[in-house]
Amino acid sequence: MAVEKSKNVLVVGGGISGITTAVETAEVGYEVTLIEKNSYLGGRVAQLNKYFPKLCPPNCGLEINFRRIKNNPRVKFYTLAEVEKISGSEGDFDVTVKLNPSYVNEKCTACNACVEACPVERPNEFNFGMDKTKAIYLPHEFAFPLRYVIDEKYCTKEKCAKCVEACTYNAIDLNMKSQSIPLKAGSIVWATGWNPYDAAKIDNLGFGKYQNVITNMMMERMASFNGPTKGKILRPSDGKEVSRVAFVQCAGSRDENHLSYCSYICCLASMKQATYVREQYPQAQIFIFYIDIRSPGTRYEKFYKEVQSDENIKFIKGKVAKIEEDPNTKDLTVVAEDVEAGKKIQEKVELAVLATGMAPVTKEWKIPTSISYDTDGFVLSNTGTAGMYAVGCVTKPVDVYSSAREGTAAALKAIQSLVRR
Amino acid sequence: MEKKIGVYICSDCEIGKSLNIDSLVKVATKTKAPVVKTHPALCQKEGMDFIKNDMATEGVNAVVIAACSPRVNYDVFNLGIPLVERVNLREGVVWTHPPNNEDTQMMAEDYVRMGILKMQKMEAPEPYKVENLSKNVLIVGGGLAGITAANEAAKAGYDVFLVEKNDSLGGWMAKLYKQAPTEPPYTDLEEPLIKDLIKEIQQNQKVKIYTSSMIEKIEGGPGVYDVVVRQDGKVESFRAGAVVMAAGTIPYDATKIEHLGFGKYPNVVTNYMMEELASKGAIVRPSDSKPVKSVAFVLCAGQRDENYLPYCSATCCIESLKQAKYIRDQYPDSKVYIFYRDMRTPGHYEYFYKGIQNDAGIFLTKGDVKGITEDENKNLNIDIENTLIGEKIKVNVDLAVLATGIVPVTALGEEELPPGVKPGDEFIPYVMIETDILNLGYRQGGEVPVLINGYPDSNFICFPYETRRTGIYAAGSVRAPMDIPSTIEDATGAALKAIQCIEMTGRGEAVHPRAGDISYADFFMQKCTQCKRCTEECPFGAINEDEKANPLYNPTRCRRCAICLGACPERIISFKNYSVDMIGTMVKNIEVPPEEDEKPRAIVFACENDAYPALDMAGINRLQYNSFVRVIPLRCAGSMNLVWIADALSKGVDGILILGCQYGEDYQCHMATGSHLAKIRLSKVAETLDRLRLESGRVQMEQISISEYYKIPDILNNFMKKLEEFGPNPYKG
Repeated sequence: MAVEKSKNVLVVGGGISGITTAVETAEVGYEVTLIEKNSYLGGRVAQLNKYFPKLCPPNCGLEINFRRIKNNPRVKFYTLAEVEKISGSEGDFDVTVKLNPSYVNEKCTACNACVEACPVERPNEFNFGMDKTKAIYLPHEFAFPLRYVIDEKYCTKEKCAKCVEACTYNAIDLNMKSQSIPLKAGSIVWATGWNPYDAAKIDNLGFGKYQNVITNMMMERMASFNGPTKGKILRPSDGKEVSRVAFVQCAGSRDENHLSYCSYICCLASMKQATYVREQYPQAQIFIFYIDIRSPGTRYEKFYKEVQSDENIKFIKGKVAKIEEDPNTKDLTVVAEDVEAGKKIQEKVELAVLATGMAPVTKEWKIPTSISYDTDGFVLSNTGTAGMYAVGCVTKPVDVYSSAREGTAAALKAIQSLVRR
Repeated sequence: MEKKIGVYICSDCEIGKSLNIDSLVKVATKTKAPVVKTHPALCQKEGMDFIKNDMATEGVNAVVIAACSPRVNYDVFNLGIPLVERVNLREGVVWTHPPNNEDTQMMAEDYVRMGILKMQKMEAPEPYKVENLSKNVLIVGGGLAGITAANEAAKAGYDVFLVEKNDSLGGWMAKLYKQAPTEPPYTDLEEPLIKDLIKEIQQNQKVKIYTSSMIEKIEGGPGVYDVVVRQDGKVESFRAGAVVMAAGTIPYDATKIEHLGFGKYPNVVTNYMMEELASKGAIVRPSDSKPVKSVAFVLCAGQRDENYLPYCSATCCIESLKQAKYIRDQYPDSKVYIFYRDMRTPGHYEYFYKGIQNDAGIFLTKGDVKGITEDENKNLNIDIENTLIGEKIKVNVDLAVLATGIVPVTALGEEELPPGVKPGDEFIPYVMIETDILNLGYRQGGEVPVLINGYPDSNFICFPYETRRTGIYAAGSVRAPMDIPSTIEDATGAALKAIQCIEMTGRGEAVHPRAGDISYADFFMQKCTQCKRCTEECPFGAINEDEKANPLYNPTRCRRCAICLGACPERIISFKNYSVDMIGTMVKNIEVPPEEDEKPRAIVFACENDAYPALDMAGINRLQYNSFVRVIPLRCAGSMNLVWIADALSKGVDGILILGCQYGEDYQCHMATGSHLAKIRLSKVAETLDRLRLESGRVQMEQISISEYYKIPDILNNFMKKLEEFGPNPYKG
């Protein structure tokens, strides 16, 4: 007797790659389960202010994708969810998914009364700790689903329970427990994404030591209207406006002591961020220290030319040797070798942005099943297990456009696994 | 079945505290809704049971929910019936306007009335069913992208027709000697994958291959493409459901880069020729078959240069490093020079680059090659400037290899504009280059419209496959310069999109961005004046014309943006659940207070893709904006019909503001040209307004994205201020 095989595709990771895989698969006509460890979908792109090179907002594309999810009964998704266990084989995987408690149930109407009542604060990791939220919070205002959560690391639960009192909908359940649910899947797509490389490890660049050295991802949050500074680019040390900013390319990337590979997106990201600064401060001087400017293709090269034509943006070919701080003013001196001029140069700036690279999430954490990785922790495109696929930045550093392309391709591979059986 | 409307007004989330719910009930009753009820919290279980009970016992089959924004609780309010309308009292009214205020109340009452009228004018759409739907995929081009798309579609169970113009498969890739590393440790050259792929496709029973063949004609639309292929003078016809266009590229003509001497000196070759030289065995130079012991690679030959190719072809750095290794592997005593501008080896290619850098026989430097000349031995003198080791250097080599770029075959021809459109016009609906690739039977031309540098236009960044022709997906280097792994992914993705389009067409659903929408346009032909606006303006070329210029609508090409509905001056185009009459009725039933009340009115037509969510975000942030505006969401700003403006102004509404997406080359409009069309249409209103002695500033358009929600209060308040300056609309009352 033929065994009934699962026609469900499981997508792990709800960033742009995973969302794309999920909606593209479902629109063909297959059932999809999308799981995401955050309480909201969107992943890293939800933290970005604008996309290069169009300088358009990520929420625009996310909105369309969320609408595709909302309108499609074939897509089921779980947030605060992680894969616990996998067994079985292509066409017939058994997966246990752990759902972590949000402590807020579906009765929540997003009225915000709980936040007003909550006395405890926590660092806001969505904004890389540059501001705080209450222990009960909405992760960010574009959050989909629009659902509040409690950070159990900070909440004092029953000792306080002020939020429970404030909520008129009985939406807060401090006794909520994590639960494990079983899922069947015919194929699994891993889209677990990336983390910014820990810039504190790059000793000579002073991140973590000097307040005015920030990472490119922090810059994205700072430039976003829904970020810690309401979109204003300010120096962390004193909240002052900036007039001289350095971008330090390959901060950790293309460096055998850190990330040996090129993270692909950082050249374009820094050029994009240079436009953020220029828009806010028409007089500002910008220095971009680079090894090679990597803007391949048609649109990216065009963008590079546009940024290059801005007289206030100076491109300097040379790797930054070190950054030093004046302890009184907190201004920074960027020391680099200008290889074209053949001399050592120093630029005094008020803010330095490190173009820190991408490390796959699987550098630190491994998928709980047999999967092949390269030495940097990236999942190989041939995952080594039939019926399992990997997509997006967990396989290599890619831009959003390539993630959408790969997500679409992964949808077909996942479908083939169902059809084959 | 008779429509029975039930109106349910929620009093939760400050709605009940801020508004007079009894008055809203009166408005709903007066608007002839047979069932009108209120509930303290509709989104909770009790609230849903309350509505479902009415559906079961009172025969309510069309539900108007006056509560929160349709962007939230979409799952809760999914009642399993097609006719559900959400009136946005929370984000749209009470979160953005002062509570218990006369103007806030009037706003809510207008919205409730408009919601009910909208429902009265709405019918449940039935999906369009095509006859003789084909699930076969047509693939144009038999290079790496085309072969991959064919193999991948076949693996998912679909039959494929592959049409290749040459007599053999494989395209440029078949000429490769080796390919750059794609696997760890990312340092070793690999056997070209294409050979196995060609074998696989030739053995595949599901793929029918036509070599030495051209597409003579493609008529119809997704699901029903009738294709005529010409092979060796014979024609063959078949039906296909969707198309992957993977027609590829050609090398840039290196003779145009005169200072590099290609065509003049036999030992200056292109990177393409280098592959052929390497494939033959011993690498010898063309002039005298002498083994090549010194080579200069000139990167960006004619690329990143406005005089030749303005863009970067993305793969030449890697390909040149690979070719340097050919030489070094074959002749250990050889010397290789690589002159580059920026070494572009993204991602894992960095490992390959590092390996090359460690080879003492390869000299790499940044530099601009200023000229190549030949000496008496046919050796080449290369002049380089701006290097890292000094201003100017000169090398003498046996062979020079130019890394010339690629040109998509879609760019090979003259750019043509639609009739009546001139270069430099403010709005160019599409650019067509008739390249003889697809030969589509479309009124707007035979190929896929192009945008930058002759590459097919597609929704760049988020939805890269969405070309301007539904069901036709460009793949591989014809779409953008890309390397081998990316081409394979791209082709696989395009195959998915083709299959998806076929399946969705079979279910009568629209594809992206209105994925799943089953409504489609209906043309009331008796009133058509053959003005051609709909056939010219459709961004997707969905509407053909007969010989008398009557529109011939192809429902399966249609993306349901309703731009045609906005274009039509005779108002003959409608959707079951979206029509000129429906929106017009809403406009005409906004209550306009008499002049002496000093309560002006403005209508905001908001694109539902970005502007409407931006208004919603303003609500979530409790940003307060002017209470005299009335927001009406549109499928796309381009679906705005000018008659609504006339309706509004003649009713005494003081101004109309359209909120649409960014337009232009970096357009964000999800319908490609919709928001720009809205702008153009508005410019034509100005004349009419002048004739009516109304200030043209009463009708305005703003571009806004979802993330710019914080600008909403200023935009709306400033617009109202301007209207106040103009004074009341004289047609009031």
